[in-house]
Amino acid sequence: MDSVLALHRFHFAFTITFHYLFAQLTMGLALLIFVLKSIAMKTGDDRYHHAARFWIKIFAITFAVGVVTGIPMEFQFGTNWSRFSRYAGGVIGQTLAMEGVFAFFLESSFLGLLIYGENRLSRKLHWLTSLVLLVGTWLSGFFIVATDAWMQHPVAYAPGRDGVVLSSFWGLILNPWTFWMYLHNMLGTVVTASFVMASAGAFYLLAQKQEEYGRIFVRTGVIAAAIASVLMLFPTGDRQGVMVTRYQPVTLAAMEGLFESVNGAPIAMLGQPDMEKQKLDNPLLVPRALSFLTYQEWAAHVKGLNAFPPADRPDNIPLLYYSYHIMVGLGTLFIAVMLVSLWLMRRGSIYECRPWLWVLMLSLPFPFIANTAGWMTAELGRQPWLVYGLMRTAAGPSMQVSSGNTLFTLLGFMGMYTLLAILFLFLTRREFEHGPEPEFESTEPLSGGAGRGPRGASAPLS
Amino acid sequence: MATVWYCLVALMIAGYVILDGFDLGAGILHFSVGRTESQRRRVIRSIGPVWDGNEVWLLAGGGTLYFAFPNLYAQSFSGFYLPLMMVLWLLIVRGIAIEFRNHLEDNLWRPFFDALFMLASALLAIFYGAALGNVVRGVPLDASGSFFLPLWTDFQPSGKAGILDWYTVLVGLLAFVTLTVHGALWIALKNEDLLQHRARIIAKWVWGAVALLTAAVTLATFRVQPLVLHNLTTYLWGWVFPDLALAGLIATLVFILRGDDLKAFLSSCAFIAGMLTSAVFGIYPYVLPSNTDPRLGLTIANTQTSSYGLSVALVWFIPGMLLVLAYSVFIYRHFAGKVRLEEDGY
Repeated sequence: MDSVLALHRFHFAFTITFHYLFAQLTMGLALLIFVLKSIAMKTGDDRYHHAARFWIKIFAITFAVGVVTGIPMEFQFGTNWSRFSRYAGGVIGQTLAMEGVFAFFLESSFLGLLIYGENRLSRKLHWLTSLVLLVGTWLSGFFIVATDAWMQHPVAYAPGRDGVVLSSFWGLILNPWTFWMYLHNMLGTVVTASFVMASAGAFYLLAQKQEEYGRIFVRTGVIAAAIASVLMLFPTGDRQGVMVTRYQPVTLAAMEGLFESVNGAPIAMLGQPDMEKQKLDNPLLVPRALSFLTYQEWAAHVKGLNAFPPADRPDNIPLLYYSYHIMVGLGTLFIAVMLVSLWLMRRGSIYECRPWLWVLMLSLPFPFIANTAGWMTAELGRQPWLVYGLMRTAAGPSMQVSSGNTLFTLLGFMGMYTLLAILFLFLTRREFEHGPEPEFESTEPLSGGAGRGPRGASAPLS
Repeated sequence: MATVWYCLVALMIAGYVILDGFDLGAGILHFSVGRTESQRRRVIRSIGPVWDGNEVWLLAGGGTLYFAFPNLYAQSFSGFYLPLMMVLWLLIVRGIAIEFRNHLEDNLWRPFFDALFMLASALLAIFYGAALGNVVRGVPLDASGSFFLPLWTDFQPSGKAGILDWYTVLVGLLAFVTLTVHGALWIALKNEDLLQHRARIIAKWVWGAVALLTAAVTLATFRVQPLVLHNLTTYLWGWVFPDLALAGLIATLVFILRGDDLKAFLSSCAFIAGMLTSAVFGIYPYVLPSNTDPRLGLTIANTQTSSYGLSVALVWFIPGMLLVLAYSVFIYRHFAGKVRLEEDGY
């Protein structure tokens, strides 16, 4: 691969991967914070207010890192991928600009209110603020997925002076690819956030401190994670698979490690793609399963990689294959772990079952890995295209940015993001150490000394 | 239709500079105004709840530029590769410094982030000014519409143009002092007693530098970019923009002397808006002029997307931005009034 192209690709891949570790947590947490606030509103149970306040703090730290690492993403379309921007900016610029206008303003304006406003707003308004934040973060996710979906499955475009231009606004927004990808992606964020919550709960229970909150976190986390994990597999993951089969058959073959076309194709559970010999090493196969899952017929013909010219095959098949298998494998494990957790919860023994709490606590990193692997599957699977079927990735990067400049800024981002990661872990560790338990009410002076209760109802809004 | 979007993008950028400008100014003055820990916390609290929303104007403005003039976005962002990456890094440092400083009460932690906050804010102000200078002066575009500029040159007026040369650094300095005054007025508006007093004094003295540099930059601009004077003499109504800037500049001083922080701040907003719109008007119909061959300049016409894309976007952009303005007013009203530390949520 041309080294300038490789550097530009790695530049984007590195910065987006790092960014999305934080973005997925904020989008998922936005939902869970809203759930906690809603329970607090409904039951009047103050512990849920404290729990929500705790996660808002985690949210704020994560959001800060997500915002500062998100800005480079928008810039990079112009700086590193200018030929792509020139070609397709008239289409994908729409969704990116809409993200700014409809989502970013909402998120960043109301986050301040959510953090600083609890003592000033009525409880209902504060609850409403958490809903607005949920809408903002999830809209942001929508516009980004819609942008990527257009690159996966371009629709609603017409030829223009510098490339393509928009021909139908609603066609772009209602791209069939967007719908399932969006749901699948957002469920992925919920899986991440709810695993983090359950893991934090397990930590408090195992450490035998603030156990009341440990139970709330485990309960909320497990229920949310169980629902989201199941929905990730079916229908959203399944429907996405159908779309890949239909519109990107070569990607399907590469993901599954199917080198040769065959009737009644098997699914490879394990195995290592051997690109030199064009076969799968040490395969563990489920016979005919791939034919059934893709075409609902055990004997259906599935095209293998050999059915496509080498230039049209994804350019990193082993990585694509592993990403896909890691995503699916972890997703299956998540369902298993959460179903067992639900069962233990029904029996009422989960809060005392230390071995299982260890499992929950240590599961923390895996949803992040699964989400990352999922995105790698989508983006590596799109190769060698930047816009599927329209523009090859090799035609996308900026001409006048040399490989030396790209390496320079890549190293800069790597150094800076390493420091950000250390700071993030340091600060969140402190919050987890401190926990959700409010120390003493008196250390937190309230406006007007109104005491507890519907605070701020008397506080002026201006 | 493309001209409408040219104005809208200019409005978004002006909105960004006016709003995030006072955040940057507050950052520049962080140490000069805030000499004790509690004073510095007040400075941060003056912008804390709103800076993030202000920064979004940059993102939304960038997104608008991207879809309306994709070719301009592509050519200018890749041509200004290194300086833009530095702006990104500075934005990262600034954002992290504001958000993380209050998390730890520590004699090393806070001064460290305070220093980063000040440094990043100051450099951002200068870089933004220099960026504007580059756009007004023009860049060596080739026939394919792309360009490459060295990061700096010998700084001689007769020397070669660079991203940082005598002219763009001059504009950078003007941006620096302008945002210093702007930030000082915001701090004065949001605080009482000593902090307010110090901020007013700084605003008063730095105003002099703003006036001097404005005159210098205006003259330099007429020399560097003849198009500005040409546009002003061809379309006489265009004088409304420099007149707005001049009126804003004078009114700022008048209201500073009268001790009316709000009006002084609004005048400063008018000055910034006037200066930016003058620049935009001055280079119309170019969006990125060429300083080698005027025919190669990027114009509205050769960078815009299809007229369908532009008109359909108006349908969502206008209600979208009205909504943003509505809740921004709500948020600003909510956090209006002087900063009180006791109410700090966390």
